Amino acid sequence: MNLWQAFIEALESLSSNKLRSGLTILGIVIGVGAVIAMLAVGQGAQNTITGSISGIGTNLLFVFPGNFNEEIRNPKPLTLRDAEAVNDPFVAPSVAAVAPVIQGNVMVSYGGDQTNTQVAGVTPIYQQVRNYDVTEGTFIEEQHSLGRASVVMLGVDVADRLFGRREGLVGETIRIEGQPFRVLGILAPKGGGSFGSEDDIILVPFSTAQARLIRRSNRERIDLLLVQVIDAESVKQASEEVSDILRSRHRTALGADDFTVFSQEDFVNTARTITGVLTIFLGGIAAISLLVGGIGIMNIMLVSVTERTREIGLRKALGARKRDILIQFLTESSMLSLLGGLVGILLGWLIALIVGQIAAANDTPFYPVVGLDAILLATLFSTAVGLFFGLYPANRAANLEPVEALRYE
Amino acid sequence: MSDWVIEAHDLTKVYKMGDVQVNALCGVNILIRRGEMLSIMGPSGSGKSTLMNILGCLDRPSSGEYILDGERVSKLNDDQLASIRNRKVGFIFQSFNLLPRQTALSNVELPMRYAGQARDGKKRARQALEAVGLSDRVTHRPMELSGGQQQRVAIARALVNDPAIIMADEPTGNLDSKSGKEIIDLLTRLNRERQTTVIIVTHDPNIAAHTQRVIRLFDGLVEVDG
Repeated sequence: MNLWQAFIEALESLSSNKLRSGLTILGIVIGVGAVIAMLAVGQGAQNTITGSISGIGTNLLFVFPGNFNEEIRNPKPLTLRDAEAVNDPFVAPSVAAVAPVIQGNVMVSYGGDQTNTQVAGVTPIYQQVRNYDVTEGTFIEEQHSLGRASVVMLGVDVADRLFGRREGLVGETIRIEGQPFRVLGILAPKGGGSFGSEDDIILVPFSTAQARLIRRSNRERIDLLLVQVIDAESVKQASEEVSDILRSRHRTALGADDFTVFSQEDFVNTARTITGVLTIFLGGIAAISLLVGGIGIMNIMLVSVTERTREIGLRKALGARKRDILIQFLTESSMLSLLGGLVGILLGWLIALIVGQIAAANDTPFYPVVGLDAILLATLFSTAVGLFFGLYPANRAANLEPVEALRYE
Repeated sequence: MSDWVIEAHDLTKVYKMGDVQVNALCGVNILIRRGEMLSIMGPSGSGKSTLMNILGCLDRPSSGEYILDGERVSKLNDDQLASIRNRKVGFIFQSFNLLPRQTALSNVELPMRYAGQARDGKKRARQALEAVGLSDRVTHRPMELSGGQQQRVAIARALVNDPAIIMADEPTGNLDSKSGKEIIDLLTRLNRERQTTVIIVTHDPNIAAHTQRVIRLFDGLVEVDG
């Protein structure tokens, strides 16, 4: 019996019991739909997160004090002098700009309203390095840094909380840790990022923060060094240059750096790993329902084999070989699962679409993506499920003794 | 090729049921000439079903030799037996055993699908239905046919691969006497016109009376042959 005839017979047999076939297919539909939807959501999350990491700036290196992987004895902090050394175009030709940052959490207030937020002490170059736009007013300038001016840039979340609006705030005075600061400008919103909202922040001149807001025993100390690299190809080179400078300045032992250099790529890779694990996890849970659907197929095929024992006996009497019977039942079970897979892809795609719509309605930049690979995977996987769970019932049918099968009532 | 379409020597069949051994056949010798029409009779438990299963290649003897249409079949494996059944044996059952969802035509086509030659299958199936007088019922499903008509579809199915023998197991058992008579007449006519060997397994002496030869089994042995 050729495959085409097997296909036609399977179709006839399945359509003769529509409700039963439909319910069996439904199990696969739900399984495949869930897998597709979860993969789409995972892919969407990955795109959003990597996108927002790229949105931080272009070609950035992040230098943190301390070694994240190993315990180092007597680590030296990063200092302003380190920043200056890294900024030397002769020693580090791949470095375009260096922005030292100190960070802390502060209480800000305006009138009766007060709120906690993060403050960063930054230099004017920070605007270029972090790619910040200003919706009104101006960014921190050199003169502010030199004069330790009490001026502040507000992120829109902070503006919302203190003033309930985002415009007409330049010139207002707010209090940070009780000290008056004049609002210099408002930062353009960057949206939610992987590190929490990028808009829940205020920026003050580096020297002001150092002197008046974030008191440290070592006043030279900085929390983060942002290094902008001249172009994307030089990121690795720049990382080497920065590391070499810091190693010689800190006199670290070989292989025991007391600082850590991350590139944006490193962050992207980390985020990819995390969302990848998340996707696999979600997909795995969804795959369980596919498994349950597969068991449904096996169940119904077993019933079908028992019901049709006489038919199998007759077919064998007429000359069907084991293989013919095997193919007949495998065709039926894989047709069930393939059909379920196709409808399931549609369902999953629909779910992804709806999730995207909901996200859009909430102003979240999140777009689930139903990839071709996910569709292929689901089709392949669901057919495999049909074959796998059909194998046992089909084998049972194929191994029936014709004499016994014909006698079956 | 010899005159004998069936040569069976010392066929035995032993079933094991738990610890008990049941000897269903205890050394049966049968020779059947090409073109004969005969019946196999015997009370229940005499081994006639077992003999029919072995002669029809549905089962293998425990020992002994069986040659069907020049092929030694007692030692073949399952798939080889399936192929022999497909080419050399046409079955007719008491309960017709037609596929209920398929038309008369595709029921008759079924053996040819397993023969792997579907080219002129429709034409040959139509011819077979014509031979049993059902050319006007080609697209009917079994439920739309009378018992006698269903059995005639089954006979067409048995004929379609032009087998060496036709095995009919109580072919009239589910039919009224009138359509039973028609079926026996049809089998007699096919036997005469096509020289197809017809073996009818029955316990009805009236049916056996229509055949030239009757083999009576008792306790797994041939009691009377002639």
